[in-house]
Amino acid sequence: MSILEVKGLGISFGGLRAVNDVSFAVKPGEIVSVIGPNGAGKTTLFNMISGVYMPGVGQVFLEGQDITARAPYLLARQGLTRTFQNLQIFQEMTVLENVIAGFHLTERGPIWADLLSWPSARKRAGEVRNGAYELLTRVRLEKAAEEEAGNLSYGALKRLEIARALAMSPKVLLLDEPAAGCNAVETEEIDALIAELAASGIAILLVEHDMKMVMRISNHIVVLDHGEKIAEGTPTEVSRNPDVIAAYLGSEEETAHADG
Amino acid sequence: MTCRRKWIQISIIAAIMLVLPFFFPSGYYYRVGALVFVNALSVVGLVILVGYAGQISLGHAGFAGIGAYACALAPTHLGLHPAVAILLGALISAALALLIGRPILRLKGYYLGVATLGFGILVSMVLSNERALTGGPDGMSVPDLGLRSLLRDMGWRISGGEFWYGLNAVVLLIGIWIALNLYQSATGRAMRALHGSEVAAQTVGIDVPRIKLQAFVISAVYASVAGSLLALQNGFITPEVAGFMHSVEMVTMAVLGGVGSVLGATLGAAILTLLPQVLTVFAEYEQLVLGLIMVLVMIFLPRGLLPSIVAKLRGRGE
Repeated sequence: MSILEVKGLGISFGGLRAVNDVSFAVKPGEIVSVIGPNGAGKTTLFNMISGVYMPGVGQVFLEGQDITARAPYLLARQGLTRTFQNLQIFQEMTVLENVIAGFHLTERGPIWADLLSWPSARKRAGEVRNGAYELLTRVRLEKAAEEEAGNLSYGALKRLEIARALAMSPKVLLLDEPAAGCNAVETEEIDALIAELAASGIAILLVEHDMKMVMRISNHIVVLDHGEKIAEGTPTEVSRNPDVIAAYLGSEEETAHADG
Repeated sequence: MTCRRKWIQISIIAAIMLVLPFFFPSGYYYRVGALVFVNALSVVGLVILVGYAGQISLGHAGFAGIGAYACALAPTHLGLHPAVAILLGALISAALALLIGRPILRLKGYYLGVATLGFGILVSMVLSNERALTGGPDGMSVPDLGLRSLLRDMGWRISGGEFWYGLNAVVLLIGIWIALNLYQSATGRAMRALHGSEVAAQTVGIDVPRIKLQAFVISAVYASVAGSLLALQNGFITPEVAGFMHSVEMVTMAVLGGVGSVLGATLGAAILTLLPQVLTVFAEYEQLVLGLIMVLVMIFLPRGLLPSIVAKLRGRGE
């Protein structure tokens, strides 16, 4: 039984069909990757699933429930969260506080208790603090806990963003280019982390440009080109699909021209 | 920020409040000190809105006006004790903030600034024009709080200046304590998170409009209580308390001291309240100097006086 299901999703921006009739499903513990050349509509698709954009047509189901165009904070409360291609970090908070903020749903309580530093509020804060440290250790950022997040390296911030997303114990995690801008070692770390998360039962939807990584860790791949799903299947099936090869070779020729 | 740091900050301010009177050349300075504390109280409220949640308000004096006139009007018209009138003013301010905050906090940046500006001007116009009730631009007298005579009956004779210095100091300390509690709580962290990135705040389940509204209402209550205390200690109030210049003063104090820092905001309030007292010539050019300070701080110390100094000291320490 799939936990996340996308049915006929589409959106247009001023006549341009950015995404058109895309359907697929993700099961718990499964890693599904969305790949495609630049501008294929991957991030737009992510934005629709995570409630940032309102889809023009189609539906999104989470655990069988229609969640189409629901506000992101409500999706978070139902167990769906995401990371961002361009980092969205709480820059002026410490690394630890960033992760604690991820525990918002666990930690929040009556506001008067927060204002008066009531024992119940302090207890809540203390509990999530330990959880946050554990997550930081998991992404190997525990030493930077008290540093201001803005001072961290790009790769570290990518891991911090994942730790923050994990704080809300998601059932479905959308990762938008988690390895972008990371070096080989960092990529391998993120790679292992994602596999570990999937093994713990989280359904993972991944957008990633690093093809080696995608082929290595995905259970299932959805290929987009010009906003349309042109292929879908296991890594082996997809890599042998003539349409996929054409789409990628085409784009590589273009890049070669651009570089030349 | 740990719990220990919170108490260190509060102790520092409390110690300064206690020691300062020994250096006062005359009783007049108790009055000045009381004024500093009142201004600091409304600025601490603004720190919650601007510094924590990253939302601007150019109309917060409107809430100070509501608090002030609640203390002027409720005792005579409703027969309430002035102390109860403070609570009534705070309640009205909170209700009004809740009502107008919902639509205007959807706005961002300049637009929010202009919308709050409009609110402030609206309040000050109502106070100026409802002559029958408020006495118009000439202002009206405010009944005595009655606490001092109570103390006198108990055999504790203190001057008006001393009384207001003490009372406002206690209220400010409570205000600072609450603001610091908030800072390290789930709600305060949510405010700072949405300040950093609204879209990321949403992905961790933060109800952004709700948290913004909470910051707005809390800061409105601070301004309202400060307005009430101001009215009661002066025994007289004019619509200027709700005026645009008062709103600008509040923002300038916050920005000067460091809008993200409760302690800094207190410092900013102290400096800008004391300057006109120290330099009497300053009074005529007040608006000019306010503007100049704002520009200079924005250019050279964008994080404000106290945070910049702290950062410098830390940098040297390492």
